[in-house]
Amino acid sequence: MAKHIAAKVMDIPPGERLSVEVQGRKIVIFNVAGEYFGLRDACPHMGGLLSEGVVIGLVEADRPGCYSYSRGGEIVRCPWHGWEFDLRTGKSRFDPNRWKTHSYDIEVGDVQQLEVETVDVTTEGEFVIVNL
Amino acid sequence: MSVETIGKASATMPANQKLVIADCDIHPSPKSVEKEIFPFLEKRWRDHYQTYGMLLRQPYQAGPAYPKGQPDAARRDAYGPNGEKPGSDLEFMRKHHLDRYNIELGVLNPLKSGQGLQNPDFAAAYCKAINDWQIAEWTSKEARLKGSVCLPYEDAILSAKEIERRAGDPNFIQAFMLIRTSEPLGNRRYWPIFNACVEANLPLAVHAFGFGGTPVTGGGWPSYYTEDMVGHSQSAQSLVTSMVMEGVFERWPELKLIIVEAGFAWAPALSWRLDRIWAQNREELLHVKRPPSEYMADHIWYTTQPFEEPDRRGHLKDIFEWIGWEKLLFATDYPHWDFDDPTRIPLPRATDEQKQSFFIDNARSLYGV
Ligand code: FES
Repeated sequence: MAKHIAAKVMDIPPGERLSVEVQGRKIVIFNVAGEYFGLRDACPHMGGLLSEGVVIGLVEADRPGCYSYSRGGEIVRCPWHGWEFDLRTGKSRFDPNRWKTHSYDIEVGDVQQLEVETVDVTTEGEFVIVNL
Repeated sequence: MSVETIGKASATMPANQKLVIADCDIHPSPKSVEKEIFPFLEKRWRDHYQTYGMLLRQPYQAGPAYPKGQPDAARRDAYGPNGEKPGSDLEFMRKHHLDRYNIELGVLNPLKSGQGLQNPDFAAAYCKAINDWQIAEWTSKEARLKGSVCLPYEDAILSAKEIERRAGDPNFIQAFMLIRTSEPLGNRRYWPIFNACVEANLPLAVHAFGFGGTPVTGGGWPSYYTEDMVGHSQSAQSLVTSMVMEGVFERWPELKLIIVEAGFAWAPALSWRLDRIWAQNREELLHVKRPPSEYMADHIWYTTQPFEEPDRRGHLKDIFEWIGWEKLLFATDYPHWDFDDPTRIPLPRATDEQKQSFFIDNARSLYGV
């Protein structure tokens, strides 16, 4: 699995997201309270850019009239038709096994640790790294 | 390990795009009613707007009867670069929509256009202003866009006047109203509209939603927006049934009806049911000379957004064939949230000619442009 620098940590503050292109792939990286999650930036339904969606929590109802809210900030809602995706897995809420968007392994590190030979961006500070 | 530089991803035109597209349902909005619509309203109605607002014929007066699936019922990415309301900025619409999808013909269907207002004179004045505004802000600036003659449809005489006023004006290619009327549309009180459409050689487009004052389903007021959304196909079926049974198509053999945004897969089943019941009760309806399915086949076009999405797209093949590829019109509903992308709808397997007719030629020949 190859590692690719996608962004600087300071480019994606907590609660924010950034759409990047890595090796021709559009990937959106979300920072959820210091944890990073990467999804393919295209909804599997009709291709809406998930990077334009709102990030919400999970509202569920065990039975009619009884609601619970959990996992604030961990679900993205497609900007087009509103399908919801779990940022941790890329799986849709309404049919997780059938409809999902690719999820990428994201880590944070600095360039020295990764023994990079050449890099176009400044090597100061920490980077968000996508594993492809 | 390789290292990539940071690159911002952007929406690009799909590489496999070959067809040119007719989008038969685009919703333009004024950036501001005061700035863009007031110039076309008499002072009396500007004052009325500011004093009384736009009172609709519906029981829930504060906004739409049901909250929408997204704010402004819009795609979240449809706001302009400076936060302009979705569908309100021509330059942004060109880039974000017309150019991106190779749209050669875009049909403007303004909502919040004065249709369904309780005050019939205000409805007529506001519709007329919206029609003037379509020319001033849209069709005179962008040749790909064509306007719709918005009708104050609960008053058929005033509607017919508005159609006559716009007859022969190349800025307009259809008359336009909403599907939820106060009474089923075949009712004689609406007949002057059909007569005017035929005289002006304009198809009549009937779009989902509306403010008839009656519940949005045949079984009363439902609780949820999702029920409101599927209710449009019920409304469309009542409308089609009424127009056939009241003899509208018998009376105006040239009338062309376009059902906009209310589904289409229901049409075959409705026609089979109507044919059967009609045959069993012919005495009741002596003026309905032919089987209902024939009137439907001859007179009705359907825009396809929001597209039907069966698990197997093969299921749609029969439906397309029954309705006829030449009667189905592609539409996106831009900038609304239930937008259809022409490259991603689950179109049944089709020949190149069928695709060409569906995406562009049907609209060209229906509208004569
Ligand atoms: S494109 Fe994302 S829900 Fe349809």
